[in-house]
Amino acid sequence: MLEKIKSIITEKFGREVILAEDTETLQPGLTVEASRIAEICRELRDNPDTYFDFLSSLSGVDYGPESGEFGVVYHLASIPYRTLFVLKVRVRGTRDVNELPPVPSVSEVWRTAEWHEREAYDLVGIRFSGHPDLRRILLPDDWEGHPLRKDYKTAESYQGIKIDY
Amino acid sequence: MTTRYETLKNNLKTEEMVINMGPQHPSTHGVLRLELITNGEVVNECIPHIGYLHRCFEKHAEALTYPQIIPYTDRMDYLASMNNNHIFAMGVERMLGIEDRIPKRVEYIRVLVSEMNRIASHLIAVGTYGIDIGAFTPFLWCFRDREHIMNLLEWASGARMLYNYIWVGGLFYDLPVGFEERCREFVDYFKPKLNELDILLTDNQIFINRTAGIGILPLDVAINYGCSGPMLRGSGLKWDLRRVDNYSVYPEIEFEIPYGKGEMGQVGDCWDRFKVRIDEIKESVRIMEQCLDRLQKELKRTPDFDPRALAPKKCFPKHMEYYMRGESPKGELGFYFIGQERSEIPFRCKARGPSFNNLSVISEITRGAMIADVVAILGSIDIVLGEVDR
Repeated sequence: MLEKIKSIITEKFGREVILAEDTETLQPGLTVEASRIAEICRELRDNPDTYFDFLSSLSGVDYGPESGEFGVVYHLASIPYRTLFVLKVRVRGTRDVNELPPVPSVSEVWRTAEWHEREAYDLVGIRFSGHPDLRRILLPDDWEGHPLRKDYKTAESYQGIKIDY
Repeated sequence: MTTRYETLKNNLKTEEMVINMGPQHPSTHGVLRLELITNGEVVNECIPHIGYLHRCFEKHAEALTYPQIIPYTDRMDYLASMNNNHIFAMGVERMLGIEDRIPKRVEYIRVLVSEMNRIASHLIAVGTYGIDIGAFTPFLWCFRDREHIMNLLEWASGARMLYNYIWVGGLFYDLPVGFEERCREFVDYFKPKLNELDILLTDNQIFINRTAGIGILPLDVAINYGCSGPMLRGSGLKWDLRRVDNYSVYPEIEFEIPYGKGEMGQVGDCWDRFKVRIDEIKESVRIMEQCLDRLQKELKRTPDFDPRALAPKKCFPKHMEYYMRGESPKGELGFYFIGQERSEIPFRCKARGPSFNNLSVISEITRGAMIADVVAILGSIDIVLGEVDR
């Protein structure tokens, strides 16, 4: 299945969009260029050979301050073919909360991505460009920082109230 | 950039009114706040606000070893803890590469307790749905029957709701002596009660009038919004991960997948989702019986059987990445693990809760509904806020 999807992507978008492939892992996956992810997802959803109509999960990942990279992992499922496929993107980003690393939103392809992306924005701090409603979802609107980042420091006070741990 | 929410709030018309339903509202099943923009009795827009029960599951998981995370999964969907335990444990076992060596007796016990928990979860869904609509008796009847399941599971695991019973590589303990016989007694007791419930609620004309043709969720919308479980099946698709992924011993067990047929109104309405749950209870009873048959015959308890024999002392995963999905009572529960070399602690552990995705469709299906129907629609989604907020 990995080979088939690779050929579909290279045919449509060129060889250079595929940055890496996971062949050792239990589930096949591809790392693609972040700026093209929305188009690739749309193609994989609409192509009759793949038909990934169901987005199982979308996870934001912080790969740590040493690597300086953030990632988004998409788990695509196809209901008619009963297959599962992993797509990944990686973007370089600074640790500054005012400069969140940008990734194109796939909420136009699957509406379920809207909440998943809000969650990834909220907890990991990834800015999804083109997202219609990018607000915090699990944490309060006035929360500072993104807790799932590896360098996150727990807040000492909230709204002027000291927090005792 | 202005968000859609700001645009909605800034462009309120004179005749529109904003009503907050929740966070403390009995029909929101926990702490969920629905912001309704209404025009008279009609809901123009419904904006859910979640996060009141956020307990940082993913952050905690990054500081704990794999077996230590299992009690935290209990607290996600706290009405179906066994299913959460089961799916999490299977995911870790596949990363360890020991999933083929799990003894058959352990697997059958896991399926047995998971299905018991599925019945308990669906009984809550059905009972509280009745009370949302205004039928009080089914609620009490469902809780009475659920109590027997709670007692049985307490006997096996020591806890009534948060079990931590299914471990990575095995079980906490083998079933207590006499458990299988007591389960059979429960099945014999429970089957006629299901018929009573059908007469009382499923075929009740008042109930049908309140739910049929309300909150219709078309199949393409359901798939696009990532709905799963009874939500997706209620819209008419036979999609059950127990059959699709064939995990555990489900391939050896016979059961049907109920799906919505639009008997009372249209396919994908509230009644269909409700009916799917009722039918799933019946299927789960069938699965229970088949498990009990095996557990009492060829997989009988032996004195030297140790359900913890395979449980690893140190959980060093062989494979560094895995996405495990399984069918919990609410739908597709997924865990995405990223492991670390020579470490028992996951680098990232993302939980994909079915309720989270099922709830996201609510603004789509409540548009144009009456305020009283919002209660009916929300009840038919059957959310557990512990899992929405994690």
